[in-house]
This record gives sequence, structure tokens and C-alpha cells, in this order.
Amino acid sequence: MTFIAKPKIELPGEQLNEVGLKRSDYEGVLSTLCAGCGHDSITAAIVQAFWELSIAPKDVVKLSGIGCSSKTPAYFISGAHGFNSVHGRMPAVASGALAANRNLVAIGVSGDGDSLSIGFGQFGHAVRRNVNMLYIIENNGVYGLTKGQFSASADRGSKSKRGAVNRMRSIDPVATAIALGGSFVARGFSGDREQLVPLIKAGIKHRGCAVIDVISPCVTFNDHEGSTKSYAYTRSHYNPAVNAEYIAPAEEIKANYDKGETMLVTLHDGSRILLRKADSSFPPTLRSAAMRYLEAHSSRGEVVTGVLYINEDMPLLHDIAGTTATPLTDLPYERLSPGSEALNRLQKRMR
Amino acid sequence: MSDASHVNDFVIKIATANGTGSASANGLLMKALFRMGLPVTGKNLFPSNIQGLPTWYEIRANRDGYMSRTGRVDVMVAMNAQTYSKDLAEVSPGGFLIYDSTWPRRDMDQRDDITVLGIPLARMCNEHFDVARIRILMKNVAYVGALAALMDLDTEVLKTLLQETFASKPQLVEGNLEAIRLGYDYAKEHFTCPLPVRAERMGDNRKHILIDGNSAAALGCVYAGATVGAWYPITPSTSLMDAFQGYCERFRKDPETGENLFCIIQAEDELAAAGMVLGANWTGARAFTPTSGPGISLMSEFIGFAYYAEIPAVFFDVQRVGPSTGMPTRTQQCDLITCAYASHGDTRHPMLLPANPHECFEMAVQAFDLAERLQTPVFFMSDLDIGMNDWMIPELTWDDGYQPDRGKVLGPDELEDMERFYRYLDTDGDGIPHRTYPGTHHKGAYFVRGSGHNQYGGYTEDAEEYQQVVDRLLVKWDTARDLVPAPVLTPAQQKSELGIIAFGSSDGAVIEALDRLADTGVHVDYLRLRGFPFADEVAEFIAAHETVFVVEQNRDAQMRLLLIQETGADPARLSSLLHYNGLPIPSDAVVDGITEHIAKEVAA
Repeated sequence: MTFIAKPKIELPGEQLNEVGLKRSDYEGVLSTLCAGCGHDSITAAIVQAFWELSIAPKDVVKLSGIGCSSKTPAYFISGAHGFNSVHGRMPAVASGALAANRNLVAIGVSGDGDSLSIGFGQFGHAVRRNVNMLYIIENNGVYGLTKGQFSASADRGSKSKRGAVNRMRSIDPVATAIALGGSFVARGFSGDREQLVPLIKAGIKHRGCAVIDVISPCVTFNDHEGSTKSYAYTRSHYNPAVNAEYIAPAEEIKANYDKGETMLVTLHDGSRILLRKADSSFPPTLRSAAMRYLEAHSSRGEVVTGVLYINEDMPLLHDIAGTTATPLTDLPYERLSPGSEALNRLQKRMR
Repeated sequence: MSDASHVNDFVIKIATANGTGSASANGLLMKALFRMGLPVTGKNLFPSNIQGLPTWYEIRANRDGYMSRTGRVDVMVAMNAQTYSKDLAEVSPGGFLIYDSTWPRRDMDQRDDITVLGIPLARMCNEHFDVARIRILMKNVAYVGALAALMDLDTEVLKTLLQETFASKPQLVEGNLEAIRLGYDYAKEHFTCPLPVRAERMGDNRKHILIDGNSAAALGCVYAGATVGAWYPITPSTSLMDAFQGYCERFRKDPETGENLFCIIQAEDELAAAGMVLGANWTGARAFTPTSGPGISLMSEFIGFAYYAEIPAVFFDVQRVGPSTGMPTRTQQCDLITCAYASHGDTRHPMLLPANPHECFEMAVQAFDLAERLQTPVFFMSDLDIGMNDWMIPELTWDDGYQPDRGKVLGPDELEDMERFYRYLDTDGDGIPHRTYPGTHHKGAYFVRGSGHNQYGGYTEDAEEYQQVVDRLLVKWDTARDLVPAPVLTPAQQKSELGIIAFGSSDGAVIEALDRLADTGVHVDYLRLRGFPFADEVAEFIAAHETVFVVEQNRDAQMRLLLIQETGADPARLSSLLHYNGLPIPSDAVVDGITEHIAKEVAA
């Protein structure tokens, strides 16, 4: 990862969002990932989503662990504070950051190695605590920086570039997050930006831990015949089960009601998510239904995508802890120190 | 044992099984002595277990105010049949042993040089109380009653203490008083009271309190303005977070909404706890984690990250016996090297070395100031003896004029006026750059990373750029030298070629040993370390003495190694006095060690 400033290209008539920023203002430094890497598409989707939501960069914190995916926070929103932490520990840093300042908009970017192996515990506990963040797993089934070992999300029977067959069962972060009681669980594909951008917007606006597993092919180590995380495989087995559309509070609904059923989920700030389901029998607000749907379709080798579970009413870490609405970082010291009188009174009981 | 020598100078040791409620009875006894004006300390020697294993509580009362353990036991209350033989053997010649005579004593265990007093505690309590659990609890209170008669404790004080303890449940006071009377009356009737080992009112300790170090440190966190605590339960640090929670419930509730002005997270493990502390400090909260040696091992990766990325963080290491799981309920000073250089690569971290709960309170506040001033992890090196035992200390005081030192932080206005902000640029020459909090200004945005970075905050693999940053960290290390608490020098009454260097919970043993040695004509200067990196005075002290005894509670002489490594001191001058069996160091260990050394020198 080198540090290359991205040339800012002024496009005449470029649109400004509600906070007066151009889309390019949400970009970061130039990516040093391989040409065609799925992660770069996800970065572009993140840029698009944050720009469309008009979130001020200074209010955003972007965090990551270690790995190709974890390099990407440098490639978006250069006006946001970034934290490239240690391997598998992004969730802990994000949890602490949000414990201290609950007003920050947090996006954590992780990978399958980072979240499903070394950081599996932290991933699980961020979901369990319902930390108010967007948690993206850029999932390519392979360790890229160390040159092609299988990761925990590699499917059984899939082949490595050198022809070795993976005999271990895979861990599906979506099924895991749903089983753990996650409040928002989705899957996207780096090759389907039309689906992904709304998913990211819904995830950002969701109150709680929004896990989005994004299948993101590794062009160098895992895009060959026999891989189940390649562009070709993902496209041929693609099942967009529940597409989401984000609708801002004042916006009108102009959705296409062409197939399946629609469902409207209202978020805490009055915005809504319109869910369009391919299968009318599957309500993504029911945990058991989500698990059944996943099980049935994944076992056929399908890549099930979309918002697969959503619950807007689950308590956050701060709700459970009973923390004040004011960010703790904004409390003046005077409100934190009990003062000398209180100390004297307290010590009367220590005699 | 002459009469006068054991008035207000004795050690009472109580042997019970854990889970029987003896802790409150022992607390009552200790507080009674405290209220009678005797300087007291209580040491809890307990098993890593919840119920049924042997536990001891050792109370030392000493009119001269010595606080360390001694090798002595003047009065043993042997309530645990399982450990009876061992407890009997431990009583000092001329001492007393009290046992529960409800059951016959083993005939084979006899001693002629002590006095054994049998009191049918269980029988009396069974006759007076109905409920099984109450009988067990009251048996403990009854031995306090017996000791009141035997050792001349003020029964009015006991009564007042019980009334205060059960202020919210007054119906319990009468039962407890009844149990006190049972023990008291039996002793009065059957033995010559008081014994030569006894208490005599000598004041009221008005300006003192009884507190353990973990509570005092937690209180320090509250007064320092810490708002985020993340932790994973581990003995012996757990009570620090319990106390923080308790004080926050009392002092940190919004009076109008009842909302918490703090956030405590019980993490999934120590790795996560460390990450949370870094995350919270990064965004501008004062955050900390209490842990012990095994936790430090797990946190090490993040500690190195915080060092290199320059994130403030406060780690409370309440040390216990290692290596590995070791003995979790026993004390040592065994994490010095681990903490001083925690994590891979070139790292070094400031340490604070509190000697008692009073310093725990003050140094906890200092730890946050230092961490933020230096933008680095700071280690607060307590131990089980300080953290979990009851200490008598001068009242804590607080300066209402205190303002936290948040270090070099640029706010929105300063950032607005700046052309560009560079995170790791040393503009002041003290090795400390400026930082910004997320959420304040877009110009303050930067990228925190544990990978190579240059002084502007950008990623680098450039040889010179890398080295520039790590060399600057050494400048910061030198700045730290003058900021950590300075050592305390206690000169001998006469000029001496001998010195002692000690720190932390060894202080009490050293203070007592110095007086005892002076009585035999051996005069020793004493330098107590309170911080790391070492101030220049430390090297000067070593150079000024022919022999310096380094007293520490670990096997490998870790402080001695640090002294040699960091001050370049002549190893030949540094002689180790080590105590590492898990029990708090007694003053005898220091006296004996130095006496033997001198004898050897003379022989040589």
C-alpha cells in the first residue's frame, strides 16, 4: 500500500449533495489493489452511498483490520478519520469509539480472514452488542496478501488457483449473524452496484449493527474455474432474494412493484427501506424464515443476496448500558468529577 | 512475651473456609481496632475458589504504624479443622490459639510453648439460632465476641459498627450482638481476660480511612474524568471495575434523566478490551482497562499499536503470581519487564508504581494525564496485595481546581485556521505531536495505522521516513522521564555506603526493616521508585552507594534488570533481595537479607 494522492478532477456541472459536496469529495487516495479487484467496486459503492446520504465526512469514522479489504478505508472519504487496526480487531476499536462518541457514523470494513477466522469472536460480539455501525465484510474466500490460502468462507469442494480442493466446511457470515441475533443482515455482490448502494445506505441508516457480506472476487487468486467466489460463479448462481431501496424521510415512494411482494420498514429517523422480495413467502423480518430460505437456497449453491434479516427495534449497546444521549466525549469535566465534598462524604463510610 | 510489648502490637490470624461469611466478621474486627485508634492492616490470603477451601485473614495492629507483614502470629483463630495442624504450627512461641471446642481436638497436635483456648462456638450458636445459614454466619461473629473479651476490644465500638453496618436492616443487629455476647461471656467466664496480647485505645484514627487499592484506583478513575471502561474479568483486578461501576452509579448519574455519564463494556476477552480502550481514547474519551498479567499478554498486540500510532490508554495491571495462570489469588511484582516493553518491535512504556491505596488514587489520576500528555499507553503497576487488601491510609483529598491535562489536542477553531494538519509532526521539539478527535473538523482527519507511517501521517515504506518517526518516539521517551512521578529518597540517619531501591507494595516492609536495622547499627539509604522511565536521580543514587539492595517480589530480579538496562548502572553494585512465594513480603525478609549480606561481607 503506497500513498498516492488521487488527482481531483473537476467535472463541470458536477452535482452537489445537501451538505454542498461533490461525489468526488467522498473519495480517498488512489487504490493500490489489483486491477479488477472486487473491493474497488465496493469502495465506489461506499462513496456513492455516503454522498447520496449527504453525511458530512467529519462525522464519519472508518475502521478496518488487516488484509486487502482493510486497506480500502484509505480509498474513500478522505475527510473522515480512519483507523486501520490490528488483524481481526476492528470491531473492538469501533465499539470503544462509539461507546465514547455515539454520534459518529461508523463504517467498519473487514474481510473473510479478518472476520471469520482471526476476528470471528469480535465479529460475533459486535453483532451481539448491536454496536451502531455498518459492518462490511469484503468476502473473496481467499487470503490475498499471503498469496492464495483458503479462508474460512471458502466453500467445500472449491478449488484453489493451484488446484487444491478445499475439504473444510465454510462459514457463512450471513447465517452466522442471523443466528447470533443480528439486527440487520444482508449480502451483496461487488459486481451489482445497483443492488449494493441501496444496501449500504440502508445499513448506514439502520439503528444497530448492520452486517453486509459482499462477495468480492479476488482477480489474482480466486477468479478461476472451480472457485465459488469468482465473478463467473457468482453471476451464474446469483439469487437477489430481497432488494432494498432506501427512501429518505421526505421522499415519495416510486418503486416498481413488478415482482414478488414489497415490504416497508421504517427506520428510527423516519426514513424507510422498501424491500422487494423475489419470493413472496419469505418475510425478512422473521429470523427463522431467513434461516430456512438461506439453507434451502445455499445448499443448491446459490448466492443469496439482499436484506435477509432486519429488525429496527433491537436495543443498542448504549440502550442496554443506559448511557446518556450526549456523547461521553462532549461531557465537560465539571459534570464528571464529583468534587472534594463528595469525596469527604464518601470517606465517612470508610472508617 | 512481656505484657507491655504486645499491647497494640500484635498479629491476629483467622483460619476459616471460604464461603462461610467470615469476611464480614473479620472486617468487623479490623474496623473495631481501627476505631480504637490502632494502626491496622488486613491481609486476605484466599484460594482461587468459591466455596469450601481454606482461607486466612491476617490483621496486624501496630502502635508504630508499620503496615507490612511480619513472620509472626500472636493470636490464631483456628476455625478450619482441615488446616488445624498447619495453623497450630504457625503460632509464634508465647502466642495463643483459639479453636472451636464443639468438636474434640486432635490429640497428636500439641504444643507446650503456646496457650490453647477452646470455645464451643458451633454448639453455642446452634443453641441460640434456628436457621442453619445463620448458625454458620454467627459462629464467626461469636469469635469476634471472644476476641473482644480476650483482647480487651471496646464492645461499644463493636455495637456501633454493627448498627452502622445493618442500618438498613436493624433486625439483624440484635442477632449479631447476641453472637458477640455468646463469645464474649464464654471467654470472660472461662479464661483470664484480657490476655497480655491486647488492644488499648490510642486515639481514633480520625484522619485516616480503610480502603483497598482497587477501590482507590477506581475512585481515581472517576475523579480523572474517565468515562469508558472496558474489561474482561480477571482476579485480582475485577474489584477495580466493580468499584468503578459502584462509584459511577453513585456519582455519575444524570440527576435529571438518571442516564449514565459513563459506559462500561464487559468485553469478550482482553484483546477486545484493549481495542475498546484504544477506540474510546482515539475519539477523545478517557478510557481504561483493569487487568492482570495474563490479560497483559493478550493485550500486547494492541499495546504496541497504541505505542506506534500514539494513542493514549491506561492499563491497570494488578499483578498476581505467574508464570502462566500461576496462583491467581497470590501477589507478586512479576510483570515489570512484560509491561515496560510490551509488544513486538521496539516499544517501551511509562509505568507508575503506587505503593499503597493512597497513591493508587493519586496515580490513577496522573496515569490519565500522562497518557494524554504523552499520547501513549501508560501502565499502572499495582498488585494483589495493594489492590485487594485493606489498608489504613491518610484520608484522600481532592483539589477542586484540578483540570485534566488533555495534552496537545487541536480543536475546530485551531484546525480551521491551519493550512494543513499533520498528525505526527513534532513542532515543539519534545517528541509529542498534535492530535485531533474524530467528529470535530474535516481538516483534522487523519489515518491511524500500525503500519509504517511518516511524520505527516501518510503510509510509508521509506527507510528514512520510517526511522524519523521511531527516533522521534525516543525524544518523547526522554520527555516522559521528567513527567512520571519522581522517586522518593529517605536518607539514613548517618551517611551510608548501603542503599535500598524498592517500589510498590514492598515499601511497608522496607520502612519497618530500615528502623529495625538502624536499631542494630546498620544504616541504609532508601530510594523508592515511583515511575518508569527512571529519573536521573536513580542512576545517581546507585552510583553514590557501594551496594544497593534491590528489593522486589519476583524471582528473576526484573527491576534490577531494568535498572541495569535503562540507567547503565554497574551490575556489581546491585544486589537483589527477592521474595516471590506469593505472600506479601514481610519486613523480616528485608532485615534478614541485608543482615546476611553484611555477615558474608565481614566473613569475606
